[in-house]
Amino acid sequence: MTADLLNQALELVGVEQYPEVGEFPVERGYIWSSCASVENGNPLFWDDHVAEALTDGPIAPPSMVSVWFRPHNWAPGRAEVALPLQVHFNLKALFDLPEAVMTDNTIEFHEPVRIGDVLHTHQVLRSISGDKTTKLGTGRFWVIDVIYANQDGDLVAVESYTGFGYRRDAA
Amino acid sequence: MTAPVVPSLLHGDVSVGDALPILDYEVTATTVVLGALATRDWRPMHHDKDFAVNRNGTQDIFLNTPNQAAWFERYLTDWTGPHGRLGRVTFRMKGSVFPGDTMTLTGAVEAVDVDAVGCGFVTVAVTLAVAGDAKTTCLARIALPTSPEDNPWVRRGNQWRPSPPAP
Repeated sequence: MTADLLNQALELVGVEQYPEVGEFPVERGYIWSSCASVENGNPLFWDDHVAEALTDGPIAPPSMVSVWFRPHNWAPGRAEVALPLQVHFNLKALFDLPEAVMTDNTIEFHEPVRIGDVLHTHQVLRSISGDKTTKLGTGRFWVIDVIYANQDGDLVAVESYTGFGYRRDAA
Repeated sequence: MTAPVVPSLLHGDVSVGDALPILDYEVTATTVVLGALATRDWRPMHHDKDFAVNRNGTQDIFLNTPNQAAWFERYLTDWTGPHGRLGRVTFRMKGSVFPGDTMTLTGAVEAVDVDAVGCGFVTVAVTLAVAGDAKTTCLARIALPTSPEDNPWVRRGNQWRPSPPAP
Protein backbone atom coordinates (compact mmCIF):
# COMPACT_ATOMS: atom_id res chain seq x y z
CA MET A 1 0.00 0.00 0.00
CA THR A 2 2.83 2.38 0.89
CA ALA A 3 4.45 1.73 -2.49
CA ASP A 4 1.15 2.46 -4.22
CA LEU A 5 0.84 5.76 -2.39
CA LEU A 6 4.40 6.68 -3.22
CA ASN A 7 3.88 5.83 -6.89
CA GLN A 8 0.69 7.88 -6.88
CA ALA A 9 2.58 10.85 -5.49
CA LEU A 10 5.58 10.38 -7.78
CA GLU A 11 3.31 10.68 -10.81
CA LEU A 12 2.85 14.33 -9.81
CA VAL A 13 6.56 15.14 -9.72
CA GLY A 14 7.28 17.84 -12.29
CA VAL A 15 3.60 18.49 -13.01
CA GLU A 16 2.34 22.11 -12.85
CA GLN A 17 -0.49 22.21 -10.32
CA TYR A 18 -2.82 24.79 -8.86
CA PRO A 19 -2.40 27.70 -11.25
CA GLU A 20 -3.69 30.76 -9.45
CA VAL A 21 -4.08 34.46 -10.04
CA GLY A 22 -3.56 36.82 -7.12
CA GLU A 23 -6.78 37.94 -5.44
CA PHE A 24 -5.82 41.61 -5.69
CA PRO A 25 -3.26 43.82 -7.45
CA VAL A 26 -0.02 44.57 -5.65
CA GLU A 27 -0.68 47.66 -3.59
CA ARG A 28 1.29 50.11 -1.58
CA GLY A 29 -0.64 49.90 1.67
CA TYR A 30 0.53 46.35 2.19
CA ILE A 31 4.08 47.28 1.23
CA TRP A 32 4.14 49.99 3.86
CA SER A 33 2.52 47.70 6.44
CA SER A 34 5.23 45.12 5.78
CA CYS A 35 8.02 47.69 6.01
CA ALA A 36 6.51 49.12 9.19
CA SER A 37 6.27 45.68 10.79
CA VAL A 38 10.06 45.30 10.61
CA GLU A 39 10.94 49.03 10.75
CA ASN A 40 12.42 48.85 7.24
CA GLY A 41 13.31 52.41 6.26
CA ASN A 42 14.77 51.51 2.85
CA PRO A 43 13.99 54.67 0.81
CA LEU A 44 13.33 52.49 -2.22
CA PHE A 45 9.93 51.75 -0.68
CA TRP A 46 9.17 55.14 0.87
CA ASP A 47 10.73 57.78 -1.40
CA ASP A 48 9.36 58.10 -4.95
CA HIS A 49 12.48 59.93 -6.11
CA VAL A 50 14.70 57.02 -5.09
CA ALA A 51 12.26 54.49 -6.58
CA GLU A 52 12.15 56.41 -9.85
CA ALA A 53 15.93 56.65 -10.02
CA LEU A 54 16.71 53.03 -9.18
CA THR A 55 13.74 50.91 -10.26
CA ASP A 56 11.83 53.15 -12.68
CA GLY A 57 9.02 53.53 -10.13
CA PRO A 58 7.85 51.96 -6.88
CA ILE A 59 8.36 48.25 -6.30
CA ALA A 60 7.54 45.84 -3.48
CA PRO A 61 10.20 44.37 -1.18
CA PRO A 62 11.29 41.12 -2.83
CA SER A 63 10.71 39.16 0.37
CA MET A 64 6.98 39.96 0.10
CA VAL A 65 6.47 37.82 -2.99
CA SER A 66 4.39 35.14 -1.26
CA VAL A 67 2.25 37.77 0.50
CA TRP A 68 0.35 38.47 -2.71
CA PHE A 69 -1.00 34.92 -2.77
CA ARG A 70 -2.13 34.32 0.76
CA PRO A 71 -5.90 34.08 0.46
CA HIS A 72 -8.28 36.26 2.41
CA ASN A 73 -9.38 34.64 5.63
CA TRP A 74 -12.95 34.81 4.34
CA ALA A 75 -14.51 35.48 0.97
CA PRO A 76 -18.12 35.41 -0.25
CA GLY A 77 -19.20 31.92 -1.21
CA ARG A 78 -16.09 30.20 0.06
CA ALA A 79 -17.11 27.18 2.13
CA GLU A 80 -13.69 26.21 3.42
CA VAL A 81 -10.60 28.05 4.52
CA ALA A 82 -8.31 28.25 1.49
CA LEU A 83 -4.86 26.82 2.08
CA PRO A 84 -1.71 28.22 0.56
CA LEU A 85 0.77 25.62 -0.70
CA GLN A 86 -1.98 23.10 -1.39
CA VAL A 87 0.46 20.44 -2.67
CA HIS A 88 1.98 20.25 0.81
CA PHE A 89 -1.39 19.60 2.43
CA ASN A 90 -2.28 17.08 -0.27
CA LEU A 91 0.85 15.09 0.53
CA LYS A 92 0.10 15.16 4.24
CA ALA A 93 -3.35 13.78 3.50
CA LEU A 94 -2.16 11.21 0.95
CA PHE A 95 0.39 9.70 3.33
CA ASP A 96 -1.81 10.21 6.40
CA LEU A 97 0.85 12.27 8.15
CA PRO A 98 -0.85 14.51 10.70
CA GLU A 99 2.12 16.77 11.48
CA ALA A 100 4.42 18.72 9.20
CA VAL A 101 7.14 21.31 9.42
CA MET A 102 8.98 23.32 6.82
CA THR A 103 12.69 22.80 7.27
CA ASP A 104 14.15 24.92 4.45
CA ASN A 105 12.89 27.72 2.27
CA THR A 106 14.81 29.18 -0.67
CA ILE A 107 13.61 32.10 -2.75
CA GLU A 108 15.25 33.27 -5.95
CA PHE A 109 14.17 36.73 -7.07
CA HIS A 110 13.88 37.86 -10.68
CA GLU A 111 11.78 40.68 -12.16
CA PRO A 112 10.79 43.21 -9.46
CA VAL A 113 7.16 43.25 -8.34
CA ARG A 114 5.53 46.58 -9.14
CA ILE A 115 2.48 48.42 -7.84
CA GLY A 116 -0.55 47.22 -9.77
CA ASP A 117 0.96 43.91 -10.85
CA VAL A 118 -1.40 40.96 -10.79
CA LEU A 119 0.76 37.94 -10.14
CA HIS A 120 0.24 34.39 -11.30
CA THR A 121 1.56 31.29 -9.61
CA HIS A 122 1.65 27.54 -9.84
CA GLN A 123 3.13 24.76 -7.71
CA VAL A 124 5.42 21.94 -8.81
CA LEU A 125 6.31 18.94 -6.67
CA ARG A 126 10.02 18.28 -7.21
CA SER A 127 10.76 15.25 -5.05
CA ILE A 128 9.54 12.94 -2.29
CA SER A 129 11.79 10.89 -0.04
CA GLY A 130 11.31 7.40 1.24
CA ASP A 131 10.41 6.89 4.88
CA LYS A 132 12.66 8.84 7.22
CA THR A 133 12.86 8.99 10.99
CA THR A 134 13.96 12.18 12.72
CA LYS A 135 13.67 13.39 16.30
CA LEU A 136 10.18 14.65 15.40
CA GLY A 137 8.87 11.32 14.19
CA THR A 138 8.67 9.15 11.08
CA GLY A 139 7.52 10.44 7.73
CA ARG A 140 8.75 11.82 4.43
CA PHE A 141 10.53 14.87 3.13
CA TRP A 142 9.27 16.60 0.00
CA VAL A 143 10.36 19.59 -2.05
CA ILE A 144 7.79 21.87 -3.63
CA ASP A 145 8.53 24.82 -5.92
CA VAL A 146 6.19 27.76 -6.20
CA ILE A 147 6.72 29.73 -9.40
CA TYR A 148 5.59 33.35 -9.57
CA ALA A 149 5.15 35.41 -12.74
CA ASN A 150 3.65 38.79 -13.47
CA GLN A 151 0.76 39.58 -15.82
CA ASP A 152 3.21 39.85 -18.73
CA GLY A 153 4.57 36.37 -18.11
CA ASP A 154 7.89 37.61 -16.73
CA LEU A 155 9.36 35.33 -14.08
CA VAL A 156 9.20 37.11 -10.72
CA ALA A 157 10.44 34.49 -8.27
CA VAL A 158 10.88 30.81 -7.61
CA GLU A 159 10.29 29.70 -4.04
CA SER A 160 11.36 26.25 -2.98
CA TYR A 161 10.09 24.64 0.22
CA THR A 162 11.40 21.51 1.88
CA GLY A 163 8.69 20.02 4.06
CA PHE A 164 8.76 17.07 6.44
CA GLY A 165 5.41 15.40 6.98
CA TYR A 166 5.48 13.01 9.91
CA ARG A 167 3.71 11.05 12.57
CA ARG A 168 5.00 11.28 16.11
CA ASP A 169 6.60 8.03 17.18
CA ALA A 170 4.89 6.20 20.03
CA ALA A 171 6.68 6.90 23.30
CA MET B 1 15.90 67.03 -13.45
CA THR B 2 16.29 65.15 -10.20
CA ALA B 3 19.59 64.47 -8.46
CA PRO B 4 21.11 61.01 -8.91
CA VAL B 5 20.90 58.56 -6.04
CA VAL B 6 24.44 57.67 -5.02
CA PRO B 7 25.24 54.14 -3.79
CA SER B 8 26.21 53.92 -0.13
CA LEU B 9 28.10 50.63 -0.50
CA LEU B 10 30.02 49.40 -3.52
CA HIS B 11 30.93 45.83 -4.35
CA GLY B 12 34.62 46.72 -4.11
CA ASP B 13 34.15 47.95 -0.53
CA VAL B 14 33.29 44.43 0.66
CA SER B 15 35.65 41.60 1.58
CA VAL B 16 35.14 38.03 2.72
CA GLY B 17 34.94 37.98 6.51
CA ASP B 18 33.44 41.45 6.86
CA ALA B 19 30.92 41.61 9.68
CA LEU B 20 27.62 43.45 9.27
CA PRO B 21 26.46 45.77 12.06
CA ILE B 22 24.55 43.90 14.77
CA LEU B 23 20.83 44.52 15.10
CA ASP B 24 19.13 43.90 18.45
CA TYR B 25 15.35 44.06 18.68
CA GLU B 26 13.02 43.43 21.59
CA VAL B 27 10.13 41.31 20.35
CA THR B 28 6.69 41.99 21.78
CA ALA B 29 3.28 40.47 21.08
CA THR B 30 2.69 43.49 18.87
CA THR B 31 5.80 42.65 16.83
CA VAL B 32 4.48 39.15 16.21
CA VAL B 33 0.93 40.22 15.37
CA LEU B 34 2.05 43.11 13.14
CA GLY B 35 4.31 40.74 11.25
CA ALA B 36 1.62 38.11 10.81
CA LEU B 37 -0.95 40.59 9.54
CA ALA B 38 1.53 42.35 7.26
CA THR B 39 2.25 39.00 5.63
CA ARG B 40 -1.45 38.02 5.48
CA ASP B 41 -0.85 35.05 7.75
CA TRP B 42 -4.07 34.55 9.68
CA ARG B 43 -3.12 31.32 11.41
CA PRO B 44 -3.95 31.53 15.12
CA MET B 45 -0.53 30.53 16.45
CA HIS B 46 0.66 33.98 15.40
CA HIS B 47 -1.96 35.99 17.28
CA ASP B 48 -3.79 33.72 19.75
CA LYS B 49 -1.68 32.78 22.77
CA ASP B 50 -4.23 30.26 24.03
CA PHE B 51 -4.14 28.42 20.70
CA ALA B 52 -0.34 28.58 20.53
CA VAL B 53 0.10 27.19 24.03
CA ASN B 54 -2.68 24.63 24.15
CA ARG B 55 -2.78 23.42 20.55
CA ASN B 56 0.76 23.94 19.31
CA GLY B 57 2.46 23.31 22.62
CA THR B 58 4.64 26.40 22.31
CA GLN B 59 5.26 28.85 25.13
CA ASP B 60 3.53 31.74 23.34
CA ILE B 61 2.67 33.11 19.89
CA PHE B 62 5.72 33.27 17.65
CA LEU B 63 7.13 35.12 14.62
CA ASN B 64 6.01 33.60 11.33
CA THR B 65 8.49 32.69 8.61
CA PRO B 66 7.49 35.29 5.97
CA ASN B 67 7.90 38.04 8.54
CA GLN B 68 11.33 36.70 9.44
CA ALA B 69 12.15 36.96 5.73
CA ALA B 70 11.18 40.63 5.94
CA TRP B 71 13.45 41.07 8.97
CA PHE B 72 16.35 39.51 7.05
CA GLU B 73 15.72 41.74 4.04
CA ARG B 74 15.59 44.83 6.26
CA TYR B 75 18.82 43.78 7.98
CA LEU B 76 20.65 43.26 4.68
CA THR B 77 19.46 46.46 3.00
CA ASP B 78 20.17 48.52 6.13
CA TRP B 79 23.75 47.55 5.30
CA THR B 80 23.72 47.83 1.49
CA GLY B 81 21.42 50.80 1.05
CA PRO B 82 18.71 50.88 -1.63
CA HIS B 83 21.05 49.81 -4.45
CA GLY B 84 21.35 46.35 -2.86
CA ARG B 85 19.24 43.90 -4.86
CA LEU B 86 18.40 40.56 -3.29
CA GLY B 87 19.09 37.65 -5.61
CA ARG B 88 18.55 34.59 -3.50
CA VAL B 89 17.87 33.68 0.12
CA THR B 90 17.81 30.32 1.86
CA PHE B 91 16.34 30.02 5.33
CA ARG B 92 16.66 27.24 7.82
CA MET B 93 14.27 27.38 10.74
CA LYS B 94 15.63 25.91 13.99
CA GLY B 95 13.49 27.42 16.71
CA SER B 96 10.79 29.97 17.43
CA VAL B 97 10.98 33.61 18.46
CA PHE B 98 8.51 34.68 21.15
CA PRO B 99 7.34 37.91 22.78
CA GLY B 100 9.84 38.86 25.46
CA ASP B 101 12.78 37.62 23.40
CA THR B 102 15.51 39.99 22.30
CA MET B 103 16.43 38.83 18.83
CA THR B 104 19.90 39.57 17.56
CA LEU B 105 20.75 39.59 13.88
CA THR B 106 24.37 39.17 12.90
CA GLY B 107 25.92 38.70 9.49
CA ALA B 108 29.25 37.89 7.90
CA VAL B 109 30.34 38.03 4.28
CA GLU B 110 31.13 34.53 3.02
CA ALA B 111 31.83 35.21 -0.66
CA VAL B 112 32.37 38.09 -3.07
CA ASP B 113 32.11 37.49 -6.81
CA VAL B 114 31.37 39.10 -10.14
CA ASP B 115 29.30 36.87 -12.39
CA ALA B 116 29.71 36.14 -16.10
CA VAL B 117 27.66 39.18 -17.11
CA GLY B 118 29.49 41.60 -14.81
CA CYS B 119 27.05 41.75 -11.91
CA GLY B 120 28.72 42.04 -8.50
CA PHE B 121 27.34 39.76 -5.80
CA VAL B 122 28.14 39.17 -2.16
CA THR B 123 27.02 36.16 -0.16
CA VAL B 124 26.17 36.87 3.46
CA ALA B 125 25.46 34.38 6.23
CA VAL B 126 22.93 35.90 8.62
CA THR B 127 21.87 34.46 11.96
CA LEU B 128 18.82 35.42 13.95
CA ALA B 129 19.55 34.38 17.53
CA VAL B 130 17.96 34.74 20.95
CA ALA B 131 20.32 34.70 23.93
CA GLY B 132 23.01 33.19 21.74
CA ASP B 133 20.76 30.39 20.47
CA ALA B 134 20.37 30.47 16.67
CA LYS B 135 16.66 30.38 15.79
CA THR B 136 16.88 30.94 12.04
CA THR B 137 19.84 31.07 9.70
CA CYS B 138 19.82 32.70 6.29
CA LEU B 139 22.27 32.57 3.43
CA ALA B 140 21.68 35.54 1.15
CA ARG B 141 23.12 36.42 -2.23
CA ILE B 142 22.73 40.12 -2.87
CA ALA B 143 23.94 42.29 -5.74
CA LEU B 144 25.84 45.52 -5.15
CA PRO B 145 26.91 48.18 -7.64
CA THR B 146 30.41 47.67 -9.01
CA SER B 147 30.86 51.42 -9.58
CA PRO B 148 29.08 54.62 -8.51
CA GLU B 149 27.26 54.58 -11.87
CA ASP B 150 26.21 50.92 -11.69
CA ASN B 151 22.72 49.88 -10.63
CA PRO B 152 21.91 46.16 -10.25
CA TRP B 153 18.17 46.89 -10.45
CA VAL B 154 18.34 47.72 -14.17
CA ARG B 155 19.38 44.18 -15.05
CA ARG B 156 16.74 42.13 -16.85
CA GLY B 157 16.46 38.72 -18.45
CA ASN B 158 19.77 37.06 -19.11
CA GLN B 159 21.66 39.95 -17.51
CA TRP B 160 20.24 39.03 -14.08
CA ARG B 161 21.45 35.68 -12.76
CA PRO B 162 20.64 35.32 -9.07
CA SER B 163 21.71 31.67 -8.79
CA PRO B 164 25.10 31.13 -7.20
CA PRO B 165 27.90 30.09 -9.55
CA ALA B 166 28.45 26.38 -9.94
CA PRO B 167 31.12 25.13 -7.52
